[in-house]
Amino acid sequence: MITHQDSMHILLADDDEDDRTFFSEAIQELKMNNKLTLFKDGNELMDYLVHPDIKLPHVLFLDLNMPGKTGIECLKQIRANTRFKDVSIAIYSTSSSEKDIEDTFIEGANIYITKPNDFSSLKKVIQEVVNMNWQFHSSGLNIETFFFST
Amino acid sequence: MKLNFNYDGNIACRAILQDQLEKLDIKYQLLDLGQIEISDDVSEESFAELEISLKKYAIHIIDNPKGQLIQKIKDAIIEIVYEKEKFPNITISQYLSDKLNFRYGYITNVFSEYTHTSIENFIIIQKIERAKKLIIEEELTLTEISHELNYSSVAYLSTQFKKVTGLTPSMFKRIVDKRRQLSNNE
Repeated sequence: MITHQDSMHILLADDDEDDRTFFSEAIQELKMNNKLTLFKDGNELMDYLVHPDIKLPHVLFLDLNMPGKTGIECLKQIRANTRFKDVSIAIYSTSSSEKDIEDTFIEGANIYITKPNDFSSLKKVIQEVVNMNWQFHSSGLNIETFFFST
Repeated sequence: MKLNFNYDGNIACRAILQDQLEKLDIKYQLLDLGQIEISDDVSEESFAELEISLKKYAIHIIDNPKGQLIQKIKDAIIEIVYEKEKFPNITISQYLSDKLNFRYGYITNVFSEYTHTSIENFIIIQKIERAKKLIIEEELTLTEISHELNYSSVAYLSTQFKKVTGLTPSMFKRIVDKRRQLSNNE
């Protein structure tokens, strides 16, 4: 359980540099106290996650189309490891197809966000996701049946 | 072999507390949800040990008064959502201010200041959380669930479910079923 003094630890893996910049600017403007770590592809992310002494994130934002290891491959690998069972996974993709949403939820994603086109919608959607995720972590709700998409 | 099971978090939590307190030889009395009384002569050393041993189970001792009030508000809301038959003719705001002995205005202010959400929103999240359990574990129909959770109509329940999860209840059930199939096939 986290309390209000703790900060939320957030990861983002996205190969698009502009998307990473927008995302970190949006996070910085939230009222909550957050710590964000960025990765430029799936391999870099997985190399980080295998370290046994890292502090596990509360939520990981994952782009689907990345060179090397794709978002889906990362998702499957992370969900196969019980060490990460309390980490919420948010898919952060340009696709808004129902099939992608359903497929990634079946593979263990918790949140699905279609990348918004403008900064103010991005801020709004990240605020909603981070708040909802906070409720799940701070009230000990079941991450396994946690779904949220906008 | 994979087994599906369900569990009661409250009973599990009480059993863990009993085990750990007895292991450390601390005299205690279990009170309401999320509250225990321990004797005043517990040494700092064993209190620290208790804190560490409970941390393993994600049980954290809350020692600031506002944190305690938040926890009491959450517990009272969960009580109402899960045991509605105990509260036939009382509004949630009335119940919270009676039980916690504060004005409702004060309670809502403290709550939103510390939890990043409103009491109303927290109640909705808890109700939908319970609806999810009823769909998966009891396989109740939406009509039965809307009655159980005091919704005025099935349509209203569906709308709220979609707002909180992004999914319709039937899509939710299909995804959970497919996830289980997937993990059973591994």
